[in-house]
Amino acid sequence: MTPIRTPSSGTTTLEPAPAPAVASARPAVEFRSVVKRYGAFTAVHELTFSIEAGTLVTLLGPSGCGKTTTLRMIAGLEQASSGTILIGGENVTARSAAERDVSMVFQSYALFPHMTILDNVAYGLTVGGMAKRAALEAARDKLALVGLAGLEGRLPSELSGGQQQRVAVARAIVLEPRVLLFDEPLSNLDAKMRRQVREDIRQLQQSLKLTVVYVTHDQEEALAVSDRIIVMAGGRIAQDGTPRDLYQRPASRFIADFIGDANIVPALLEGRDGALGRVRVGMATGMAALALPHRDLADGPVDLAVRPNAIRLALSQDPSDGLPGRVQFAAYLGDHMEYEVAVALGGREVMLFARTPDVDAPLSVGDAVSVGFAPRGVTIVPP
Amino acid sequence: MKRHLGFWLAAGWAAVLVLPWHIGGVWPVFWPGGPQNGPSAGDGMPALIQGLLLGRPWLLASVLPLLAALAGLRATGGAKGGADGRARSAWLTAAGAGGLGWLLVESLAVTQPGLGLGAAAYAVVCLVLGAHGLALRGWCKGDVFIVASIGLVLGSILVFVGFPVVTILLSAVQDNDGRLTVVGLFDKLTDSGIWGLGCVLGTGSTCGVAWNTLALAGVVGVLTTGTGLAFALIAVRTGFRYKAALRLASILPVITPPFVIGLAIILLFGRAGVVTDLLSTLFDIPRSRWIYGMPGVAMAQILAFTPISFLVLVGVLQGVSPTLEEASQTLRATPWITFRTVTLPLIRPGLANAFLISFIESLADFGNPLVLGGNFDVLSTKIFYAVVGAAHDQGRAAVLAIILLSFTLSAFLAQRRWLGRRSYTTVAGKGDAGLPSPLPPGVRIAASAVAALWTGLTVLVYGTILVGGFMKSLGRDNTLTLIHYQTAFGIETGPNGWWFSGSAWDSLFTTLGVSLVAMPLTAALGLLTAYLLVRQSFLGRGAFEFLTMLSFAIPGTVIGVSYILAFNTPPLELTGTGLILIIAFVFRNMPVGIRAGIATLSQIDKSLDEASLTLGARSFTTLRRVILPLLRPAIVTAMVYSFVRAITSVSAVIFLVTAKYNLATAYIVGRAEVGEYGLAIAYSSALIAIMVVALLAIQLLVGERRLGRRTAALPVSTSASKVNA
Repeated sequence: MTPIRTPSSGTTTLEPAPAPAVASARPAVEFRSVVKRYGAFTAVHELTFSIEAGTLVTLLGPSGCGKTTTLRMIAGLEQASSGTILIGGENVTARSAAERDVSMVFQSYALFPHMTILDNVAYGLTVGGMAKRAALEAARDKLALVGLAGLEGRLPSELSGGQQQRVAVARAIVLEPRVLLFDEPLSNLDAKMRRQVREDIRQLQQSLKLTVVYVTHDQEEALAVSDRIIVMAGGRIAQDGTPRDLYQRPASRFIADFIGDANIVPALLEGRDGALGRVRVGMATGMAALALPHRDLADGPVDLAVRPNAIRLALSQDPSDGLPGRVQFAAYLGDHMEYEVAVALGGREVMLFARTPDVDAPLSVGDAVSVGFAPRGVTIVPP
Repeated sequence: MKRHLGFWLAAGWAAVLVLPWHIGGVWPVFWPGGPQNGPSAGDGMPALIQGLLLGRPWLLASVLPLLAALAGLRATGGAKGGADGRARSAWLTAAGAGGLGWLLVESLAVTQPGLGLGAAAYAVVCLVLGAHGLALRGWCKGDVFIVASIGLVLGSILVFVGFPVVTILLSAVQDNDGRLTVVGLFDKLTDSGIWGLGCVLGTGSTCGVAWNTLALAGVVGVLTTGTGLAFALIAVRTGFRYKAALRLASILPVITPPFVIGLAIILLFGRAGVVTDLLSTLFDIPRSRWIYGMPGVAMAQILAFTPISFLVLVGVLQGVSPTLEEASQTLRATPWITFRTVTLPLIRPGLANAFLISFIESLADFGNPLVLGGNFDVLSTKIFYAVVGAAHDQGRAAVLAIILLSFTLSAFLAQRRWLGRRSYTTVAGKGDAGLPSPLPPGVRIAASAVAALWTGLTVLVYGTILVGGFMKSLGRDNTLTLIHYQTAFGIETGPNGWWFSGSAWDSLFTTLGVSLVAMPLTAALGLLTAYLLVRQSFLGRGAFEFLTMLSFAIPGTVIGVSYILAFNTPPLELTGTGLILIIAFVFRNMPVGIRAGIATLSQIDKSLDEASLTLGARSFTTLRRVILPLLRPAIVTAMVYSFVRAITSVSAVIFLVTAKYNLATAYIVGRAEVGEYGLAIAYSSALIAIMVVALLAIQLLVGERRLGRRTAALPVSTSASKVNA
């Protein structure tokens, strides 16, 4: 499998990056209070956001959250029930898909099975009125760009999944669209291919300075490729920010749990020193008393999002070491251990999921432990 | 968009300035009232000329919508949704609605000759202009082609299916002079000739024709389902080795004109039939006319419809998961108990479906009762005699047609409502290994016996058809001769060179011509409708689907009667022309195209359309460059079936043929009625041969889908990921 050849690996001559850089002041895509209803069901509520040219923005969320509907509204495959959609500053709300300057890479790739690879890639150009010869030439260039030179005469059914995926990308970028849309492009690839292809997509986006809107339900994929992530839930934006924002400063319990794993632990905010707040978990002292950014929350009960690898376990009964707990489950996964530890908090038993790199001295089920938290990897989330 | 609009506007002006508005002398062959009818020349003139010169000023109003459209075209520039776009949309919508509305009112309110090509073109232009207006308003995602297609399909169905059916309903409440008699309707509907129970109650010798029809359909439905099940069990559940032969047999009813089996049965079992002869000489069984009546008709229909029920039941049986039967066996059930408690209940919806389909086929069948019925009348033949017989009572024909229509519609609706979505036997994508359990011995023997009987009779029937044409008079005088073929298909040479002297040539050429013209139209209309139904969502789609599906259920006889009633007088005066035959074929066979289209389209991933759209192709380009190439199998199916069904059709067209435009089937039925069986079956076997050739030719011409090494490469992603190049 040859990787996608990008300008930096430069064996092919490249056309200059497509035009999006025209006016970076104008967002490439803008939604203003866009609503999508199917009968009585509202799939997307009053959605407002904008996407800067030249960036890769991911719409992330669990299935049914409205992310694909949103993408299809950008493409023009669904019509907004109300609100305004702008692409490159132009109002395209009433325009059909064929009249919008966007193209899309489909989950199933949607390669036309009766056309050769070359005809597939040239399709957008020929239906747009370009002369056949010029269209084929441009298509050939783009196929070379994605590393498929030599396969032009094949039919889609004669390519592997990864190759088909690249044909779909070549077919989409040959039109040099203002916005390129990806609908879960990796979901039909096996696990090993996914990492490779997502790196290729990111590289291509950066080298051609493309504006990309990318839909996925896989948070790791989203973290890896995005400049910015818009997390959606129930047809609304749950949080909009950089990957680092989402991971380190989740806006809600939902985000904390959705982006990476997190244990949600009830705690008490007891006062503040500058930007940091004094947080106590349970009645414990020591490792379970933390100083965390208070995020302008009022003193009182709060929730903590605790990443599994921020949990420190020690074989000790001393309350000054942390919260008393008991190991309920232990699993050896080669380079780390996973535990579930039961801890009594606020009158009820909470199950904490912990991950530790120490595989040489593992704990066993039934061990009494004390549980502490490392400040990195713990954040206060609004209750 | 503007260029397209300009074209349509120009076409609109041509329709009122150049084309003949009414039926005139200008239009050749297929157009109503050809030159020989000596029409008054003025009727053939364009609308505007008639309006100015012939004292028909109301025709001048036709320009108003065109002027409105012109105003819309001049409402220049303007992005979509902008003020100009809105103005243009309003002008165009007004033009379309105004034009169509005016045409409707004008043609119904004013007594005038039948509408001609100009009016037809004008209607289409108004439709398209209106579609532009509505599309500008954002209908169907602003896609003119889709809006126009919906309008076109809906409009043509309303004119050529809805209007005739409404006419037949209306004529039932009128007497023969056109006066409204609601009281008479009740008498007609409850006539003892229709609903009498004399044969059961002992008050008379015969039963009403409605009961006859229902009884026949019920018997045929049950027996056909049984025979079909026998074949399906043999094909799916035994080691039967000649499954290809079964498949072959299943296309027999497609290429056999419906009355041919009836003819063969007369030649075999009639008073002078071959079998009757044999029984009489060998066993001294007296000759009788038992075959004429319900036994003969039922026999012919069972022979004819069994392959249809076989196809239904094969699918259902294959859908029964073998693991269920294996589970039953591991729970210690014997094969017989498994068959009775697992297999049969699972295929019960399939059995009901097969029954209803055969039931409807029997209700609608016209050819066999006509040939074999004798004194046993059914609704379809009764309708025919009411129209062509001495009585010539169109009102009575309409009443009978309404009763027949209500029977078939009820059965059809029952089938759809009750069975439409209920099936226990859907094939899941999951691996479903396992062997179907063997048939219990009793069932196997019964199935084999039934199948053998059917096969024996069918071989006899087709043998009779093929051989009989070469005998002087099968049964009476078995000398080999070519005389029937000579009479039908003689070619002689005379002073003017070669000429077709055979008596069948005229009807054969008309049949082929009409069928060939109807073929692409049927396929196109059917597939377009399927595309709209499967791929587009629009307001009223449910009603649209219901309307198109409804035309599945209208028996040919009803179509025939309703066409004569509806199209015998202006504004649409089409009877006696070749055009009405083409129209009848198109709308009668369109459901075949719809079915084929729906089946194939639902296998084509919708993201292919969407990919094409996002690449800048509009829906028409997408249809042409992506969908159509992938639809090839459906195109073949639709074309083949519409061609073959047009050739074999008799029930609808027997009302519509004339001396000038006679069709093969009508000709054959005519020969059979006067007892020229030799000629009739010679012609029938020639037709069957032609259809076999046509089937193969179309298959070759249209060819296979080119999708790569694997024929079933859809959806692309899943299957192809295994080929690592």
